[in-house]
Amino acid sequence: MSVQEVLPLNGLASEQSGPFRADHLLVAEMVKPGSKVLDVGCGEGDLLQLLETRGIDGRGIELSREGVNRCVAKGLAVVQGDADTDLVNYPDDAFDYVILSQTLQATRQPKVVLENLLRIGRRAIVSFPNFGFWRMRLQLLIGGHMPRTENLPASWYDTANIHFCTIKDFVELCDEIHVKMERAEALDLYGRPLRLRLPWWVWNLFGEQGVFLLSRGGER
Amino acid sequence: MVGVKSVPSPTIPSSAISADDRSHEVDHPSSEVAQFGADQPLRLDCGIDLSPFQIAYKTYGELNADRSNAVLICHALTGDQHVANVHPVTGKSGWWETLVGPGRPLDPSRYFIICSNVIGGCMGSTGPASINPATGKVWGLDFPVITIPDMVRAQAMLIDRLGIDTLFAVVGGSMGGMQVLQWTAAYPTRVYSALAIACSTRHSAQNIAFHELGRQAVMADPDWHNGAYADRGIHPHRGLAVARMAAHITYLSDAALHRKFGRRMQDRDLPTFSFDADFQVESYLRYQGSSFVERFDANSYLYLTRAMDYFDIAGDHGGVLAKAFAGIETRFCVVSFTSDWLFPTSESRALVHALNASSARVSFAEIETDRGHDAFLLDVPEFFDIARAFLQSAGKARGLSVKND
Repeated sequence: MSVQEVLPLNGLASEQSGPFRADHLLVAEMVKPGSKVLDVGCGEGDLLQLLETRGIDGRGIELSREGVNRCVAKGLAVVQGDADTDLVNYPDDAFDYVILSQTLQATRQPKVVLENLLRIGRRAIVSFPNFGFWRMRLQLLIGGHMPRTENLPASWYDTANIHFCTIKDFVELCDEIHVKMERAEALDLYGRPLRLRLPWWVWNLFGEQGVFLLSRGGER
Repeated sequence: MVGVKSVPSPTIPSSAISADDRSHEVDHPSSEVAQFGADQPLRLDCGIDLSPFQIAYKTYGELNADRSNAVLICHALTGDQHVANVHPVTGKSGWWETLVGPGRPLDPSRYFIICSNVIGGCMGSTGPASINPATGKVWGLDFPVITIPDMVRAQAMLIDRLGIDTLFAVVGGSMGGMQVLQWTAAYPTRVYSALAIACSTRHSAQNIAFHELGRQAVMADPDWHNGAYADRGIHPHRGLAVARMAAHITYLSDAALHRKFGRRMQDRDLPTFSFDADFQVESYLRYQGSSFVERFDANSYLYLTRAMDYFDIAGDHGGVLAKAFAGIETRFCVVSFTSDWLFPTSESRALVHALNASSARVSFAEIETDRGHDAFLLDVPEFFDIARAFLQSAGKARGLSVKND
């Protein structure tokens, strides 16, 4: 794969693969069949539905009432709640995996949330938009304004995303709280993994989002 | 009716209901009845074995061959077993026909639906208005105090009698929701799924206070006679009507009352400068009070409100709610309404946290409405969508066929 191939084209959003989003397919692939999963910030339940088709016992938490009600109306086990305040109510080791898909940047205390994920679940899967993505950098450097993309279209004053980070920042946070990275993927604007084992700085530049499979007890 | 002016209803003139209709239903309900003799006493929380006793119930639909499609509906404080048929006393349609019926989330062509009058009620199950076989007179205050767990224990005996081991679903709102939760705490393996609406695992201090207000209104009525009014052939209408009026306010919301009545006058343009029901909202409340007393027994109201007051699942499990649901495999759906101030969303959320802590499979939705606690009985499409989807997905997991074959 050449660098040119990972450069985004114009007018893009996540590419759909069948009825499911490519990043969801990647997350689902990281989950072992038959396990028990909590999806924090599950939106309208697309990922939970995907997991259900694979025989995975999925539960969800979602902040927006509309999202929750759509999930429940789909027959999913989803509760209305806030990742920042409600994760403390879950006991240790309640799940095999806790998933935080495109939600970390919207939490008030990402570090505390991350710690809770790995307390409640034996493993965590975290995906987030990479603010080190070259187009983000370019918008700030050349345009002189806060970056906006197809996947993050909100303006700075009305975005729910309050804690953006880069892939590099996230890796550093994982080191700091001794979280072990079992698997890391960077996805391009289409949601396709950057297949080559490229150095971190390349991922940080060309990954539109990062997806990490984490477990406890990582070493510095 | 003395003192409370009745506003005629366009459909059911209040005069159409006689006290005889009500008292006849108490011992001889126009629905199925299960009799439990001396060999099957109901063991009450207060330590008394109630025997003999009877449970009046209605069923809709048919039990399938493997007895897996039974749904128990638990009624609220002043409800009864007549969920989806014309009420034998009031002549009104069933109280939950929005949820139960052909094409509804609980369709009798798919489920075998059971609803029983609670023990302590006055529509055919044994209660304070029933005849005490030991004396040949109405029980009155000699009837033992009952609890929500007692109601559920009696329902379990009925379900046994019907030859059903596991209920596909137990469904209820308000006091009915309390019974749903009690079912899951007491008989977790007998409940496949639980739909608990606008309820709580314990009655709050404010709700106990409202109930005490209602009871004091009944007891302050000189016709109450320490509960022995039946012997005198009278009924404390005024006290019970006031209790109902106060309670009815708690079932609505400020916004709903304002939308429905505002400050509009009743059949007049100017205030009368008297204590007549000048305002529509007063007239409405008086109607609610007067129509209620025609179908409900005052002592029964005391007993059932008391049962709700005593309800506290955590209290029965060392103060830790999650312990009540430890290891439970029942699928839960908890629903609350934004404007319900009797059983606010915070109560449902506390329940959901406990269920999460027990790793129970739970869905929880809060529905936006200004219609208050009563919303669960009204036409709220979002609620029906959720109830339908929850039951369908549970039915799929349970392997229920779509047709009842």
